[in-house]
Amino acid sequence: MTEPAITVTGLRKAYGDKVVLDGIDLRVDRGTIFSLLGPNGAGKTTMVKILSTLIPADGGELRIAGHDPARDADAVRAAIGVTGQYSAVDNLLTGRENLALMGDLHHLGRAASRRRADELLERFDLVEAGRKPASTYSGGMRRRLDLAMTLVGNPAVIFLDEPTTGLDPRSRRTMWRTIRDLAAAGVTIFLTTQYLEEADQLADRIALLDDGRLIAEGTADELKRLIPGGHILLRFADPAAVSTAVHALADAALGEDGLSLRVPSDGGVRSMRDLFARLDDLSIDVAEMSVHTPDLDDVFLTLTGRRDKEPQR
Amino acid sequence: MNTVAHSLTDSTTMLRRQFRRMLRYPSMTLMLVGMPVVFLLLFVYVFGGTLGNGIGGGSGGRGAYVDYVAPGIILMAMAAAAQGTAISVAMDMTEGIVDRFRTMAIWRPSVLTGHVIASVVQALLGIVVVIGVALAIGFRPDASVIEWLAAAGLVTGFALALTWLSVGLGLAAKTVESASNSPMILMLLPFFGSGFVPTDTMPTALRWFAEYQPFTPLTETLRGLLMGDRIGDSGVQAVAWCVGITVSGYVWSKYRFNRATTR
Repeated sequence: MTEPAITVTGLRKAYGDKVVLDGIDLRVDRGTIFSLLGPNGAGKTTMVKILSTLIPADGGELRIAGHDPARDADAVRAAIGVTGQYSAVDNLLTGRENLALMGDLHHLGRAASRRRADELLERFDLVEAGRKPASTYSGGMRRRLDLAMTLVGNPAVIFLDEPTTGLDPRSRRTMWRTIRDLAAAGVTIFLTTQYLEEADQLADRIALLDDGRLIAEGTADELKRLIPGGHILLRFADPAAVSTAVHALADAALGEDGLSLRVPSDGGVRSMRDLFARLDDLSIDVAEMSVHTPDLDDVFLTLTGRRDKEPQR
Repeated sequence: MNTVAHSLTDSTTMLRRQFRRMLRYPSMTLMLVGMPVVFLLLFVYVFGGTLGNGIGGGSGGRGAYVDYVAPGIILMAMAAAAQGTAISVAMDMTEGIVDRFRTMAIWRPSVLTGHVIASVVQALLGIVVVIGVALAIGFRPDASVIEWLAAAGLVTGFALALTWLSVGLGLAAKTVESASNSPMILMLLPFFGSGFVPTDTMPTALRWFAEYQPFTPLTETLRGLLMGDRIGDSGVQAVAWCVGITVSGYVWSKYRFNRATTR
């Protein structure tokens, strides 16, 4: 195997007293999709900003596409493409002009950069919209144009910071397909997301970032083994029913309100039928129930042991 | 990798981008050119009759005042253009595109030089319009070709100075709104100088301020070149102000640009 596309050793970054990244080590092999998963405020964007040469690291060793951003930032820049969290398009220019601008800045030459612009408009289904100013684009179109602009220079490594946050489900699927196609063509992709499903769908390897530290790293399957199954949330009308149910269901955990129970479950029909059969046998009335499949919260609950963790900070 | 080699092509690309943006968003250009024209008409037709008599020189009255005020309005047009620069730089900084530029292997200052050259061109266009209107309403400069060229050079130099200063103001501003407010003081400075009335009619404290602020020597030099008034050491002061503001504006802008990322 050749040198990895990204190697990070002991990366540190702090803003004043606040430590944002605290000793990160990771490695991304060429042509693979790596996903950095974490809640808002975990340090994902800071990580992307450092790797994409926008801000310097305070400490640690970095190698991106064979170059050190601290010593030769321009060599790194020539090899990467970045699509940030906020759209990086010129709203006053048309889609085609935005792409041609990128071509000119990559010094492709006038004719070649116009040709590349048309090619990318075609590929991202923006031919019609290419003549209109980007300010008139919908969220999904803007994101597509943004990614198309990133691709103009044929980057070897692409950074995508929450590429589907705020997109509707259909646009999200289109974005996923595009990302997979890029990886299939040999491009290395480093993406951040808050959605477990997204990392699961796309990534070869996933790292979990929490409070500036990596708390787990592995393939989607490896991580899922760390996460317990989902659970069923039962809500009862009276306290007597709750205490009966607690005794009947050995692995149930009492909720904070004293009227609800969390019962671990895989969410399958059979296990649910069993659960309700037992509750019926004891004549316990359930007022409300809901099924929770494992999500990012569960991962964090499990790995950090923090029950009171707020998903949005 | 040597991005300096691309300084010229990248600056040209960015300049083209700015021109395109100006064409797409013409209301700002129109406003920046229109405002000084409105001030010119206001001062000549509303205040000019009275102010012209106070200035004396020749027959006095409105005719004399057009000649007196035109150089002041020209400088005001440049201050207006500077405000436009600060707004467009701040707008750029709030959009993600500048972060994209920062992650590309381009000659970094080209992002700023694109703004600066476009703004200077915009300021000069505004000045051409102002001079055109002034000529139409009775402005009669007696400058020779050499004096016109010197005046054009001075105006370009001052436009460059104010533009670099306002690029810095635009980068330092936290929002587009504050970027549009901070250069407002530049618009007011011609009033607190010799742009509209001679400084010797002002109270002592104000006169002292007027004589030591950049717009006064600029106005005096421009008036001297166009109208044949005595320039004295205003010329040297004017050039010194231009160079000083340009250099400090450039250094400050470069520092702020390298430091900041998108807000």
